[in-house]
Amino acid sequence: MSVWRLILREILYRKASFLLGVAAVLVAAGSVVAAVSLLRRYDLRTEQRAAAQEAELRRTLAAAEDDYREITKGLGFNILILPKDQNLSDLYAEDFASKLMPEAYAERLLQARVASINHVLPILQQKLKWAERERTVLLVGTRGEIPSADKDASKPLLDLVAPGAVVLGNELHRSLKLSVGDKLTLLGREFTVSRLQPERGNKDDITLWINLGEAQKLLQRDGQINAILALECNCAADRLSTIRGDIAAILPDTQVIEFGTQALARAEVRSRAAAHARDAMQRENDSRARQRAERSSLFAVLAPLLVTACSIWAALLAADNVRGRVREIGVLRALGVRSRQILALFLARAALMGLAGALLGFAAGWLGSWAWDARSGVGPPLGALFPPVLFVLVLAVTPLFAALVSFVPAQFAAQQDPAEALRER
Amino acid sequence: MLDIRGLTKRYQGSADGRPAVVTALDDVSVSVAAGEYVAVQGPSGCGKSTLLLAAGGLLAPSAGSVSFNGQDVYALTPEARARWRAESIGFVFQQFQLIPYLSVADNVLAPTLAQPLADGRARALALLQRFGLTHRHDHVPAALSTGEQQRVALARALLHRPRLLLCDEPTGNLDDDSARAVWECLAEFHRGGGAILLVTHDAGAAAKTQRVVRLARKEDQPCPSAQRVGSRAVR
Repeated sequence: MSVWRLILREILYRKASFLLGVAAVLVAAGSVVAAVSLLRRYDLRTEQRAAAQEAELRRTLAAAEDDYREITKGLGFNILILPKDQNLSDLYAEDFASKLMPEAYAERLLQARVASINHVLPILQQKLKWAERERTVLLVGTRGEIPSADKDASKPLLDLVAPGAVVLGNELHRSLKLSVGDKLTLLGREFTVSRLQPERGNKDDITLWINLGEAQKLLQRDGQINAILALECNCAADRLSTIRGDIAAILPDTQVIEFGTQALARAEVRSRAAAHARDAMQRENDSRARQRAERSSLFAVLAPLLVTACSIWAALLAADNVRGRVREIGVLRALGVRSRQILALFLARAALMGLAGALLGFAAGWLGSWAWDARSGVGPPLGALFPPVLFVLVLAVTPLFAALVSFVPAQFAAQQDPAEALRER
Repeated sequence: MLDIRGLTKRYQGSADGRPAVVTALDDVSVSVAAGEYVAVQGPSGCGKSTLLLAAGGLLAPSAGSVSFNGQDVYALTPEARARWRAESIGFVFQQFQLIPYLSVADNVLAPTLAQPLADGRARALALLQRFGLTHRHDHVPAALSTGEQQRVALARALLHRPRLLLCDEPTGNLDDDSARAVWECLAEFHRGGGAILLVTHDAGAAAKTQRVVRLARKEDQPCPSAQRVGSRAVR
């Protein structure tokens, strides 16, 4: 007869005692597994929620960027590149830059493929007396937007003005009663009105746009311009310093001005809203991390308490088992069974109890944590978080632990005086 | 074969509610030759069971020695003593001492836990057949009569073909028919060359042995102290 047969027969004979022991181990192993599983599930939920919030934030920010681009584009150019020696006081007083720079700067800028700006437009502008009509106007020579090889070839912000054509600001064509197709003379040269601008409420209303080459000839500024207009890209937090850095690297003898526009204000609001959204997300993450730490602390206290209580319970049951088998121990010793065999007999029984408790405890803890999550309807599915390492660890450690807590009673059984045991009534 | 010399056993007890050293056996000498059938008789509490446990290597004496084939049993390590007991000694108790949750067959096979036996199962079944218990082999002890239980205990004691059987009042709890069956079993073992040291109250049973050793209480010692008063060969 084998020792295992004896153990199994004894277990079947004292079912209640064994089941109580299994229950003790089940509670201990189950509490540890449940604590670990709940924390894992909590972590997964947090990761999923954070990922969803991050994705939502990205969507919102992307929408805001597009929105900003559209608004900015709708409001026209918002970056002005001027010769470095241009005095800004003079610019604001005269409404045009008196200093000049080569027209080739515009090509150089575009060829450098600066990511922070779009829609590059070289211009030559000057305030002058329109002698033929006796009024002061702003003359702007433009060759239209320079096409970019690698950027979005969408509709340019300002169309090319053909040679011999003139575009009139609202105040000019309204007060002079000019229409498309009418002829006019400027600085001794005849132009045909090609387009009439709507009212803008700024200096554009007293502006005439002609072809850049013709403007350079009329003003005797061949190959020269005094400003490059551009549309900034809202792709950096500190936009202006980025743009300035980019342009300074290509055109070191220029300076950059950003127009204060409504679009910029709105972009600022959106940037702040995004920052607030990020802050809120960070606060929630911090809050969840705090909650996680609190749960972890609670489990760190509860689980060892339960394990300790159940260990005491299991040890008492083992002691009771030994006490109930004193005569049996005496008989076995009389039959020649050695004390270390008696020790092994009781430890093996405890290990079996631990194994059964570990299996049931793992199942209870794992299913329990899943059910707890499923209650709120947000938990990951049952199979999603099966922890193989924890499973192996629980199955390996629990029987050893059960044997360990039963060691003192088992040792007592092994050291039992067989003569005393046989006299037991 | 078994040689007990000047065996004394004292243990911590109490007298009149005070701690006192109680002498269970005082300078007892008994020997059992190979194949000899010896009875030990004496009044209750005179130390007969203590003598038997000491002879079986289960109770270390306070003084004196227990030798088996010239080897001092208590000079052996506990492991070696357990092995000696498994190989050479068979115990039969008054209370049968069967393991309650094992079947009859498993109870008979219980000594194989200590010392594996190649033909253990076959021998167990043969013993059960010899004692008329084949039909009971799958029953638990609680389902057996007291006579059957004692026969199971005898079968268990004989599984390893011991050289010495130590029997403590083996028929003390049995009716006449059951007792007769047990005596027949013991006689058969003896006829097969086995030695028996039998503790019994039963004068009739003692009369069947080759020699009777009588233990008596010492005059100045209260029960359960005892001393050897002598032994005599009855046959």
